[in-house]
Amino acid sequence: MSSSIERSTAGMSSDRRTFLQRMAITGVALGPGAAFLSSCATGGGGDDEEGGGSEPTGDVSEDNPLGMPEDGTVEIYIFDGGFGDAYATDVHQPIFSEKWPDVTIDHNAAVDIAGELQARFVAGDPPDFVNNSGDGQLDGGQLITDGQLHSLEELLDAPSWDDPATPVRDTLIPGTVEMGARDGEMFALNYAFTVFGLWYNKTLLDENGWTVPTTWQQMMDLCAEIKAAGIAPWVYQGVTAPRYMNWPLLTMAAKLAGPEILVPIDNLEEGAWGHEAIRESAAAIRSLKENDYFLKGVEGMEFRDAQGLWARGKAVFCPSGSWLENEEADAIGEDPTFEMAMMPQPLLSEDAVMPIETVRATAGEPYIVPADAKNPRGGMEYMRAMLSVEGARGFTDTVTSLTSVAEANQGVEIQAPGLSSAKDALNAAGDNVINWMYPTWYPTMENPGIDQATGALLRADITVDEWVQQCEKVAADIRKDDSIVKQTREG
Amino acid sequence: MSALRHGKYPFILTFLIPPVGIYALYMLSPYVQAIYISLTEWSGLSANQKFIGFDNYVEMWNDDQLRTALRNNLILLVVVPVLTLVLGLFFASMLNVGGRGRSQAITGVRGSSIYKVVYFFPQVLPHAIVAIMFAYVFAPSNAGGILNNILEAIGLGSLTQLWLGEPKYLIWIVVLVMTWAFVGFYVVLFSAAMQSIPRDIYEAALLDGSSRLTTFRKVTLPLVWDTVQVGWVYMAIQAMDGFAIVHIMLGVNGGVQGAGDVLGVAIYRAAFADYDFGYAAAIGVLMLALTMTIVVLFMRVLRRERVELA
Repeated sequence: MSSSIERSTAGMSSDRRTFLQRMAITGVALGPGAAFLSSCATGGGGDDEEGGGSEPTGDVSEDNPLGMPEDGTVEIYIFDGGFGDAYATDVHQPIFSEKWPDVTIDHNAAVDIAGELQARFVAGDPPDFVNNSGDGQLDGGQLITDGQLHSLEELLDAPSWDDPATPVRDTLIPGTVEMGARDGEMFALNYAFTVFGLWYNKTLLDENGWTVPTTWQQMMDLCAEIKAAGIAPWVYQGVTAPRYMNWPLLTMAAKLAGPEILVPIDNLEEGAWGHEAIRESAAAIRSLKENDYFLKGVEGMEFRDAQGLWARGKAVFCPSGSWLENEEADAIGEDPTFEMAMMPQPLLSEDAVMPIETVRATAGEPYIVPADAKNPRGGMEYMRAMLSVEGARGFTDTVTSLTSVAEANQGVEIQAPGLSSAKDALNAAGDNVINWMYPTWYPTMENPGIDQATGALLRADITVDEWVQQCEKVAADIRKDDSIVKQTREG
Repeated sequence: MSALRHGKYPFILTFLIPPVGIYALYMLSPYVQAIYISLTEWSGLSANQKFIGFDNYVEMWNDDQLRTALRNNLILLVVVPVLTLVLGLFFASMLNVGGRGRSQAITGVRGSSIYKVVYFFPQVLPHAIVAIMFAYVFAPSNAGGILNNILEAIGLGSLTQLWLGEPKYLIWIVVLVMTWAFVGFYVVLFSAAMQSIPRDIYEAALLDGSSRLTTFRKVTLPLVWDTVQVGWVYMAIQAMDGFAIVHIMLGVNGGVQGAGDVLGVAIYRAAFADYDFGYAAAIGVLMLALTMTIVVLFMRVLRRERVELA
């Protein structure tokens, strides 16, 4: 009789054998490609120097201001996420191809941009145009630091698609260039325009005769009434992203004391988070928890669950950007009477420096042209086509988002009620549009850094003073980290 | 005969070189490269790697979040294998030798064939699905949290918690989920080992009036000890990982305050959120060193006299 022990060991080694066999099969299947990758992980695949001079060009003309080769191929990668890729195939590419019938568009859609393209960047063989977005977004700042991105200044100076007399630069909403620039040079085109605010359930407000609060005191009074009616006044994005509450927090502080208080925060100055207005705003936000105005259990929820409950009428206010309507389209669609609208953050005090209409808005959704692309001028010409008024309006129609193209947002009928109210709020704000840069410049400062501090504040686990200390520490960590390239801005 | 001996080495080499070559290319060379990368500053986005010596290791020493991750991995390393193996052994022995049937002296408890299938269910679910499912088990009741809703339904509403919103619970939730996911495999593994134990040994023990517990301690355990040992090493390696469950259930930052973080997620974050592949590789090297140490230690400590079954 054979021993049990021997038998179980035999089983083991047969496991190991099949494992090796599988390895071998995978190895053969991956073959040369994988070998190439493994060699370039430490071997130095791409050559940074070779990019610039060797790009193909066509003749520069009025029609072809960027000098793209007129019979080449443009390889395009679109992030197939919230916006899908139909706006590219159904709107932008027909516009491009109508003008350039001999240029082939090699269209690709990817959910995980880094997963598909990181190795190609390292190997010096990236595509010509990338919609660098989503969870698998490549770190744009790092790409600039590594010299992997093509400057877009030529695109900005080129005549716009619709009007040869106006350069592309002048068709963009102010702030768009800065959003994608380092040291005054633009490397990323942020195409979608997002308005941030408090989104409220208009149906509930109308039904109950509640009015939209304009001061924090009115907000607190209304919250008391809402709570008495058995509804939760507020939700936020739960365990996933308490940082969304930074947006009303910093916006209310800026309204109280002026947008200049945001500059030291972006510049990582010591004590920036300790400004009196920021403390006051943080205390106001914390009071929502102290008074039990958050949806029950929201601090333990996934963000989609929290937003879904808001869209299903379980809460009235939700901080977010103008993508919310698209993101919660399913939940919103369940109830045809549900109507959402955006309001600017209430004023903390009657003598606030900025008017109530002030909103935070910014260009987002970066599109880039890699420095080592085979046809970077083709990539930029594609951008020029996107930035046409027709291209931008098509984008707005297809994906329910405004664009950075100023003219395209004017006089356009927007069907979606939420986005329409955001557009009105943006128009009402006029020049009083604020934004801050640190989440773009230092992504890890915002998340997990400030995100965790604000999460604790929202659970009232920490006091406002402790929150300030934690935020200061997060900023100090970034400041002291030599490996992070620092940026600054002025007022 | 002599012809065969003559061609022996070329013959063996022909069979050895391809697998060893593939192993060297796909297993050994990445290890060596990772060790080199850990000594560099590299974004992972370009071909420029700057050699910086041991700076990444110094940074690791000062990284508080990494300490949390390390502490959590140690908790997983100690608690998950113990829980899993104890449960696995218990279930396996109940399924195979725990019953007290009349017709046959040595059998499993009633319905053991059904239990066998049920225990194995978690094993066929990918970790991604297990993690998403448990995110809902521990969600707040109004967001569909299964556990809280059950507690409320049976009148234990006072025990409900925001499980995933409390830093102190996070790692224990991970322990629970990992144990749940792994135990089925070990039930099967131990069942196989137990079934190959000769019946007459059990019958002899039974005749001597041995209780179920004594039978387990004096007969079953020594005879399956080799399998337990292998299981323990596997389990320890799996517990050092924990990446998929933590990343999907708690998020890339390791949950609230990063309290549920593990080394695997810290590597992922360093690489794909911070684009600091040098630092990620350094954590990887730390993990490699820890795993190797643990495996060697376990093999040593758990070594016992082999029991020969005639």
